[in-house]
Amino acid sequence: MTASKEKKLYVKKDWCKGCNICVAFCPMNTLELKDGKINIKDIESCTQCGRCELLCPDYAIYLGGTEDGKK
Amino acid sequence: MTSTLVENHFRIGKLPHIWCPGCGHGIIMRSIAVAIDELGYDKNDVCVVSGIGCSSRAPGYMDFNTLHTLHGRALAYATGVKMANPDLKVIVITGDGDCAAIGGNHLIHASRRNIDITTVVFNNNIYGMTGGQYSPTTPTGEKGTTAPFGNIDRNFDLCNLAKGAGATYVARSTAYHANMVKQQVKAALENKGFSFVEAVSICPTYYGRKNKKGDAVSMMEYLKNSTVNVKAADKLPKEKLEGKFLVGEFYKSEEPEYTEEYKKIIDSFQKER
Repeated sequence: MTASKEKKLYVKKDWCKGCNICVAFCPMNTLELKDGKINIKDIESCTQCGRCELLCPDYAIYLGGTEDGKK
Repeated sequence: MTSTLVENHFRIGKLPHIWCPGCGHGIIMRSIAVAIDELGYDKNDVCVVSGIGCSSRAPGYMDFNTLHTLHGRALAYATGVKMANPDLKVIVITGDGDCAAIGGNHLIHASRRNIDITTVVFNNNIYGMTGGQYSPTTPTGEKGTTAPFGNIDRNFDLCNLAKGAGATYVARSTAYHANMVKQQVKAALENKGFSFVEAVSICPTYYGRKNKKGDAVSMMEYLKNSTVNVKAADKLPKEKLEGKFLVGEFYKSEEPEYTEEYKKIIDSFQKER
């Protein structure tokens, strides 16, 4: 049931407004707010379900490819 | 860098958008972009039209042909766009105040004509941009800056209004149900005729604060817990539907489309020559 390792979770902190929606609705408790911005607390627990990307109103978190320089 | 979807369908230089922290509009706007992406439309074949309001900021961020028009008149402009170029996929992004109050007349007549336009209403139950005045969709008893002791008006059921006026596709979803928004916008874009999608949004800054609904997360929890799919609603006992609202596809039918009917008139004269 492990999700494809092809994708990675990225955050774009300067777009984050700290609304906390992704943290609250992440089913695996992977995320946290740090200094009012989104932070990946525990990447190992992420199953890449994509819910954070789906519910982020500010497009500050997303699943992307593994190419270099995508951070 | 950002996700390929955002990169391909948004004007990156205009982002981050101006909507408040926790505003549901961003989620709905993204779902519309995903719907267009999944349908594989060419960007040049899509025209997004809006009026005035929080919701109507959306076309400024979306990288298609876009029009930001007068308050309430988005559907009037969109009708003009569609009549001039019937091959365009015309999407109207509007808010509850824009669409149901000042633009209410345009809504009912666009529905009546069954012109092939997809309307997505970002319904946040309040006039957010101008400071939290109550709108035609603010529930009875709820507060706004212009209704500090509670709103005594009855609120519109926009889906019933559009259906009654003759829209051929009517559906409702919420910012929490982002995938449902996407599916409904896809179905609406594929429907040949006037399609109406009400996307219930959240406004933590005004509606939430005035009515003590808590932060963005509690408002999203509310959308999650107080919605019932229309397919399940018939089987549920009445007491389980109390205080809930319905989401899903309410109505779909086939009726003559306006621009096609107009073309028939033109063709009939051209043949005579």
